[in-house]
Amino acid sequence: MQKFTTFSAVAAPLRRSNVDTDQIIPAVYLKRITKTGFEDALFASWRNDPEFVLNQPAYKKAEVLIAGPDFGTGSSREHAVWALRDYGFKAVLSAKFADIFRGNAGKQGLVAGQITEEATEALWAAIEANPGVQITIDLEAKTASIGGLVVPFEIDEYTRWRLIEGLDDIGLTLRDEQSITDFEAKRESWRPKTLPARP
Amino acid sequence: MPTYLTAQLNLTFSLKTKVAKLTKPLTLAEKVWNDHLVVKGEDGAPDLLYIDLHLVHEVTSPQAFDGLRLAGRKVRRPDLTIATEDHNTPTLDIDKPIADVTSRTQIEALRKNAQEFGIRIHSLGDIEQGIVHVVGPQLGLTMPGITVVCGDSHTSTHGAFGALAMGIGTSEVEHVLATQTLPLTPFKTMAINVDGKLRPGVSAKDIILAVIAKIGTGGGQGYVLEYRGSAIEDLSIEARMTICNMSIEAGARAGMVAPDEKTFEYLKGRPHAPEGADWLAAVEYWRTLPTDVGAKFDAEVFLDANTLDPFVTWGTNPGQGVSLNERVPDPETIGDPNERAAAERALEYMDLRAGTKMKDIKVDTVFLGSCTNSRIEDLRAAAEIIRGQTKADGLRMLVVPGSARVRLQAEAEGLDQVFKDFGAEWRFAGCSMCLGMNPDQLAPGERAASTSNRNFEGRQGKGARTHLVSPLVAAATAIRGTLSAVADLIAEHEAN
Ligand code: SF4
Repeated sequence: MQKFTTFSAVAAPLRRSNVDTDQIIPAVYLKRITKTGFEDALFASWRNDPEFVLNQPAYKKAEVLIAGPDFGTGSSREHAVWALRDYGFKAVLSAKFADIFRGNAGKQGLVAGQITEEATEALWAAIEANPGVQITIDLEAKTASIGGLVVPFEIDEYTRWRLIEGLDDIGLTLRDEQSITDFEAKRESWRPKTLPARP
Repeated sequence: MPTYLTAQLNLTFSLKTKVAKLTKPLTLAEKVWNDHLVVKGEDGAPDLLYIDLHLVHEVTSPQAFDGLRLAGRKVRRPDLTIATEDHNTPTLDIDKPIADVTSRTQIEALRKNAQEFGIRIHSLGDIEQGIVHVVGPQLGLTMPGITVVCGDSHTSTHGAFGALAMGIGTSEVEHVLATQTLPLTPFKTMAINVDGKLRPGVSAKDIILAVIAKIGTGGGQGYVLEYRGSAIEDLSIEARMTICNMSIEAGARAGMVAPDEKTFEYLKGRPHAPEGADWLAAVEYWRTLPTDVGAKFDAEVFLDANTLDPFVTWGTNPGQGVSLNERVPDPETIGDPNERAAAERALEYMDLRAGTKMKDIKVDTVFLGSCTNSRIEDLRAAAEIIRGQTKADGLRMLVVPGSARVRLQAEAEGLDQVFKDFGAEWRFAGCSMCLGMNPDQLAPGERAASTSNRNFEGRQGKGARTHLVSPLVAAATAIRGTLSAVADLIAEHEAN
């Protein structure tokens, strides 16, 4: 996982609330066997609509999504985060996230920052006044800014620390790699081994 | 024995007891947990546990391998990992390509991943292929005192050996592949005490169905169950697997039975069982595993084996079961409003009326198989009942051995012929109709007596109706066409 401190990118306004995981990625895409390549599945049922925000040229390269409240509700599918990530999103800001979605996001290195509803409106207005404008997400300062407009966002400290350090669950465990190696050195020889296959 | 030796033995003995007295008495599960601690979690953080054996199948692993690829990681211990194909494999024409695209893709992905990451795999057609929970024990890989995980909830099966065996999700599969460890939060312990002697025609499956009916499908949540008592000690290792297998249906994290002489006997000489000095060291350690006298369980449940009848489910979760001598329960008599509503829904789905005698329920299909009841003893028990009998008119019976080896063993004993003579279909190994990911499914509205572990809506096919039963009940039902106990066959025989 990449370390994350601060970055600037195009922001897209998603003027909808209650975007559930079925809307983020419909169930038909869950049959795949990969953990990547879900970019085509993101918001699949809206992508045919030329009016849909991501179909507008100014937002084609968006990496930050500003969504209405209650983002990521519904089923617990991790694929919702994969689809956002694969499309290129690095951060989503919303006034309220579903818990499981927020947990999954943290694990995959996607920033899910909570902002107020007023801040949401202010960011939407700033973006729409200037489509394609860049937003700066600063994880150290926990702020999102467009020009002079600076709004604070919240993210739990543990997740923020992991994102800044660039640690996923596995990376976190591997900080204890020496303990694992020490444990393995003491592991009794009678314990199971699958290789080589004995007849 | 010379006196000085006896004295020395006594001394060591008293030293040992002293040490034991100084330390807190522990349960089996706690001992296994403690012996696998890599890092003790502080301030409420989970403990990091070492994993001795990681079993892999095609359904829950592709994204885990893909995650490794994405992060440029390797499998830390391919030598503690083993894969088999089971959920999607056909049980007929296994030499032909798999028709269903999703099934074929998952299996091909597993083969490719196993090759890329250096993992031993037993593919369709291989002599060690079979249901992952049948294959591990049969190879002697499942042992007392080890930790076993698999991306499959019925991993609890392996607890029958005194192993701590847990089902995990796909991200955890990836975690174990990469680190051979898993962060886990401590559990509570529950003793399931089953004392007494089972009557003829009653078996391990009936014990576990009765336990789940008693504590409910959520009753074991947060617990590791330890099955103990004289009735459990009397069971064979395979029967103990049947019990541990369904721990998850009570919501438990795992289920275990303390290892004993039978466990050692079962393991000795298996392909991966320890040998020579390793065997002696292992057995010495295994003998220290049973729960200490005075150890405290967080909860206890009691069941009398003497009075237990064959058990069968009437509803759509494994907790909705009754004795085969009873009737379909009346939801009106259920106090808890949620459970009452669930019962009403279940009866509607199952197309059953309250008050109907369980034994009057007619079934279309009998399925003998799944990781609960597809081992050689299960096949022997069922074959014994149907030998020389005729199948009920219009009824279909499917016999699916748990592994290719079980199939060969059964054929060597002539059991396949018994099943075929009876009119049952003798199939190749796999999960099959347990979940119908392959073509073995029930038609909508069809009713089955099934030796598997889940009677959820649609589990065995869209609109299919499942009654969970033991292999003995399955066999008796196949003869009579209605849900039946072995005792009913004898009664009938005597009446004639
Ligand atoms: S037999 Fe059924 S319960 Fe067992 S592993 Fe296969 S699908 Fe799961």
